Amino acid sequence: MQMQTLKFVKKIAPPWSNGTVSTPNGPVYKVSTDWARPDYWGMIKSRAGAFRMNYAVEPGLYAVGQPTTDSDVFVTANYKLTFDTLRRELKGLNAWVLVLDTKSINVWCAAGKGTFGTDELINRISLARLDSVVAHRRVILPQLGAVGVSASAVLKKTGFRVSFGPVRAEDIPAYVQAGYKKTEAMSAVRFSLLDRLVLTPMEINPAMKKFFKYSWIALLVLGMQPWGIMFDKMLSDGLPFLLLGLVAVLAGAFLTPVLLPFIPFRSFAIKGWIVGMLTVFLATMFADFFAMRNHLLLATTFLLFPALSSYIALQFTGSTTFTGMSGVKKELKIGIPLYIGAAGISLILMVVFKLKEWGVV
Amino acid sequence: MKYLAHVTTLKYDSEKCAGCGRCVEVCPRGVFVMRDKRAAITDRDLCMECGACALNCDFGAISVNSGVGCAAAIINSMITGGPPSCDCSDGSCCG
Repeated sequence: MQMQTLKFVKKIAPPWSNGTVSTPNGPVYKVSTDWARPDYWGMIKSRAGAFRMNYAVEPGLYAVGQPTTDSDVFVTANYKLTFDTLRRELKGLNAWVLVLDTKSINVWCAAGKGTFGTDELINRISLARLDSVVAHRRVILPQLGAVGVSASAVLKKTGFRVSFGPVRAEDIPAYVQAGYKKTEAMSAVRFSLLDRLVLTPMEINPAMKKFFKYSWIALLVLGMQPWGIMFDKMLSDGLPFLLLGLVAVLAGAFLTPVLLPFIPFRSFAIKGWIVGMLTVFLATMFADFFAMRNHLLLATTFLLFPALSSYIALQFTGSTTFTGMSGVKKELKIGIPLYIGAAGISLILMVVFKLKEWGVV
Repeated sequence: MKYLAHVTTLKYDSEKCAGCGRCVEVCPRGVFVMRDKRAAITDRDLCMECGACALNCDFGAISVNSGVGCAAAIINSMITGGPPSCDCSDGSCCG
């Protein structure tokens, strides 16, 4: 009977597990602290946005090493990249890992939504029957989970005391070594060049999708003649416009996030506008777009594209570790009328340009 | 890096503080420190209104109008009328 159970467990065991550990409630999977090739490949794909919405592990209790009733319990999200990061940093420790059902979302975002939350933690502690697995009454949460978890509510309902550990899993060994004390650095969110760089694909992807959605309109309008849509007009006037659109996407979705601390002003809208203005200016200088022949097209260029870059840069507020809702609301309150104004005036300039081209005015 | 100045809705009443230190433990921006067995604010402009301190203050000393500081979420909420949330339809931010 025992053999059969083990066989069954082995058959459906996740690829990152290496055996089982028995508990009063039956066996739980032991988790490897090493990454295999699929784990690296999964990280790359989820960073690029290929399948991040269903990159998950089964919620529940897992073991690292040979944990006992005295071992620590680390709570985490069921986004696989989060889970993988945690298990890698627990190398050499004997611990329990309690995975919450956060719908394959990372700790901070899930805490903001409430799925990494008080109710889910209370529910998961009781489902895993944690009180019979460990003799102590403490769970260690990633600090950023505090956005969604009320420690006192969890204590009241489950008897487990919540400790908010370091922000990053990499600090867990040092935190444990120091007697569960955090340094200031362990408590602070960072936003390094690398942190910002890995986030840019998810800025560029949606911007490019919208770019392709609207680019054909620009081509049609610029190719439009009284006698039909002219392909050569489309190329000579439309193509530079599309290239400038790409420059604006690059400025707002890549350059601004990466260079963030080096661009003057705190407002993301202004940062994005500055970078957009510089890159569009450089592009028109080097590429000699429109052969500098038309003032209306040039005016549209400098009105529209830096504004586009500014708008795209503003979207990056969703990925930072330091922008608050009141600030973003303030930026939008001032920004949106300006963006709409810039787009409206650009449209009028284009109409005047076309009318002049057709000899109407 | 700091975001816009004088915009945070963070309010702290040191009279109600019992000195438990939870706010220092949960704040990812170092807004709170312990001074003379009570919490004190270092720099309000560091606050990003995540709400962790207010949720975990058992003495009602802290309040903040918390929410996501995300342009896409706020624009969505302006259109739909709901509160700003990370449930972006195009999945552009949270993952």
